[in-house]
Amino acid sequence: MSNRSASLSRGGAYARYWAVFIGLIAALVALTVWNINSGSVHISVSDIARIIFLREGDETQMNIVWKLRLPRIVAAAVMGGGLALSGFLMQTFFGNPIAGPFVLGISSGSKLFVAIVMIVMLRVVSFISSWMMVIAAFAGALIAMGFVLLASRSIKQMSMLLVAGIMISYICSAITEFLITFAKDSDIVNLHSWSQGSFSGTKWGDVRVFTVIILVCLIGVFLMSKPIGAYQMGESYAQSMGVNVKRFRVLLILMSSLLAGCVTAFAGPISFVGIAVPHLIKMLLKTAKPIIVIPASFLGGCVFCLFCDYIARTAFSPVELSISTVTALFGAPVVIGMLIRRHGGKG
Amino acid sequence: MSDYYFRTSELSVGYGGNVLIHDIEINIKAGEIVTLIGPNGSGKSTILKTVTKHLAAIKGDSFIADASVGSMSYKELSRKLAVVLTERIKGELLTCRDVVSTGRYPYTNTLGLLSPEDHEKVRSAMERVHALDLADRDFTAISDGQRQRILLARAICQEPRIIVLDEPTSFLDIRHKLELLSILRSMAKESGITVIMSLHEIDLAQKISDKIMCVSGDVISHFGSPDEIFREEIINELYRINNGAYNIIFGSVELPPPAGEPKVFVISGCGSGIPVFRRLQKRNIPFCSGILYKNDIDYQVAVKLAAEVIAEEPFMPISDEAYDRALDAMKRCGRVVCAGVPIGETNRRVSQLIAEAEKLGLIADPDEY
Repeated sequence: MSNRSASLSRGGAYARYWAVFIGLIAALVALTVWNINSGSVHISVSDIARIIFLREGDETQMNIVWKLRLPRIVAAAVMGGGLALSGFLMQTFFGNPIAGPFVLGISSGSKLFVAIVMIVMLRVVSFISSWMMVIAAFAGALIAMGFVLLASRSIKQMSMLLVAGIMISYICSAITEFLITFAKDSDIVNLHSWSQGSFSGTKWGDVRVFTVIILVCLIGVFLMSKPIGAYQMGESYAQSMGVNVKRFRVLLILMSSLLAGCVTAFAGPISFVGIAVPHLIKMLLKTAKPIIVIPASFLGGCVFCLFCDYIARTAFSPVELSISTVTALFGAPVVIGMLIRRHGGKG
Repeated sequence: MSDYYFRTSELSVGYGGNVLIHDIEINIKAGEIVTLIGPNGSGKSTILKTVTKHLAAIKGDSFIADASVGSMSYKELSRKLAVVLTERIKGELLTCRDVVSTGRYPYTNTLGLLSPEDHEKVRSAMERVHALDLADRDFTAISDGQRQRILLARAICQEPRIIVLDEPTSFLDIRHKLELLSILRSMAKESGITVIMSLHEIDLAQKISDKIMCVSGDVISHFGSPDEIFREEIINELYRINNGAYNIIFGSVELPPPAGEPKVFVISGCGSGIPVFRRLQKRNIPFCSGILYKNDIDYQVAVKLAAEVIAEEPFMPISDEAYDRALDAMKRCGRVVCAGVPIGETNRRVSQLIAEAEKLGLIADPDEY
C-alpha cells in the first residue's frame, strides 16, 4: 500500500517536471516569435517567415531580422541561460540561495577587466577580438571570486559574505567609471552602454563565441549534476559519498566564473537573473534535484531574459532601457519574497 | 588477514598538525558496536572524523579489512563506510526519499539516475528504520527523531560495512533514543555491519555496546567490553565526577547527598524506601537508612543518597551490633519514617526496631516526608 502510494507520488512529481519543461519551451518559442515580430520597424509575420526560412524579401527587412533582431534574440536567450546557471552554481557552492554573479561582485570584476582591456587594446591596436574579451572577463571574474573566497574564509556569516561581495562590486564599478571618465570619446560610446548591460549590437561572430562557451558549460554542469546533488547535502556528506570535494569546489568556481565572465564580456553586468531564475524554477518544480533544476534553470534564464529584453527594447521605444533595469524590476521582488518567506517561516 | 575488521595503528588525531589524541590502538570485529564515551571536548568527534577521513590522520593509519584508509580514494571508502553526522543538512526542497536516495551515490551511473533496484534498496532502507510513511515529506519539515532515522536510512542505503555516527541520540527524546539504538543493534547483529559511534548517555552506551572506548586527556584511557569499563572508578575518573555519583548497577548517576548530620531515620525494604530517599534528597534533608540487607534494592540507592546506612549481610539474622547501631542512630535523628517493610524469618528484629520507635514517640506522619 505504502509502496504503491510512494510510486504514485513519484509519478506526480514527474508529471510536474514535464509540465514545467513543456511550459518553458512553449514560452521560449512564443517569446522568440514575439521578439522577432516587434520593434520600431513593423514586419508582418508572413514576411518574417519568408525572411527566416527562405531567406528572401526586402533587403532592409532582411537586414533588420538577420543582423539586428535574430542575433540579439540568441544573445538574450543563451546569455540569460548562462547567467541562471552561473547563479545556480554559486548558490550550490556557498550553500546560500541569494548568492549570484551580480551580488557577489563577480560580474563587476569582469566588467572592470573588460573595460581595461578595451581601453588599452583600442589605443594600441584599435582592434579587439571576442575571445580576448572573454579571457579578460574570465580573469576578472576569477579575481573577484578570489576576493570573495578570501573574505569567506574569515567571515563565516553568509549575510556578511554578501556584503563583502557588494563592496567588491562597488569598488570594481568605481574603478570602471573612473576609467570611462578618462577614456577617449570614441571609446566611451561603446563602453558606456555596455557597462550598463545590454544585448543590443550583438554580432554573429560574438554569438558563435558565447554560444559555444555557454553550451559547453551547460553540458559540463549537467554532467556534474550528480556531485552537485551530493554537495547540496553539505561538504562532509558529499565527501562520505565519494566526491573529491576539493576538486569539485575548484570546478564549481571555474564553471561559474567562466559563465558569469562570458556573459559580462558581451552584454555587461546583468543583475538578478542568477538569483531569481533558479529560485523561481525550484519553486515551480518543487524540487532541488540538480539533474532537473540545471536544464530547467537554463531554459528559465532564456525565457526570463528574452522577456526582459523585450520590455527593455519596446517599453519606451525608441529609447532603450538597460537590461539590468528591467531584470532588477522583475527579479528583485522575487528575491525579497524569497527572503521574507524564508525568515517568516522560521518565525 | 587479521581477525579484526577495523583497526587503528599508532593513530594520532588532531587539527592543523596539533595532536589532540595520540597512539590510538583499537581492534574491532565485524558486527561489533563500539561506543566512544568521554567528557565534552575530549576529542570524540575528532577521532570519528579521522576514521571517516574527513580529517587527515596526523600519524598512523586506520585499516578496514587490512586496507589502509589513508591511501584509499574517497570513492572506495564510500562503498565501505557511511556516516551520520551532527551537522545540519541545508537541503531545501528535498523529500525524505531524495535524502535517502543520495546513499546510492557510490553505485549509480554518471548522471546519478536510480535503477529499479536502487529504488527498491531505498525503500527497504526506509522500511528498516520504520520511516516509509515519511518518504514524501519535506526533509526540513520533520522532527529531530525522524530526521535521525532518515539519515540512518541514508547511511544503510549506502550498503557500507561500517557506519560511523557522531552523537546520533543528541536532541532525541527517550523513546526515539531507544528506537534508534535498537535499529542499530539489529543492523549490527543481523547484517554484520560494524557500528562506531559516540554517545553522551553512558547508561545507554553500557547497554548497547560490545566495546567501549574512553576518550580522556590526550589518550584512549580505556578500551574494552562494557563489563570492564563500567566500574565506578573508571567512570568517575573519566568524567571527573565525585566518588559515589555513578551507580554501577543501575548505570545511572545520582546528585550528591545532602550534607550534615542525619535528621531522619528511614526504615524500609524491597524498594519502598527509594521514593522517600528521593523526596528527602530533594528537600536537602540528610537521613540515615537501616536496617537494610546488602542485596536489597533500597540499599543500592541508600549508599548513594544517605548520610549513613546501617546494613546487614544478605540472608543473615540481624546481628546485635547492627541493631544497636540502628537504635542509636534512630535516637540521634529524632524522627523515624516507616516506609513499609516485609518482615520475615531473618529480619524479625526490624519490627522490634519499629516498636521501639513507637514507644519513644519518634514515628513521623508518613505525609510529612
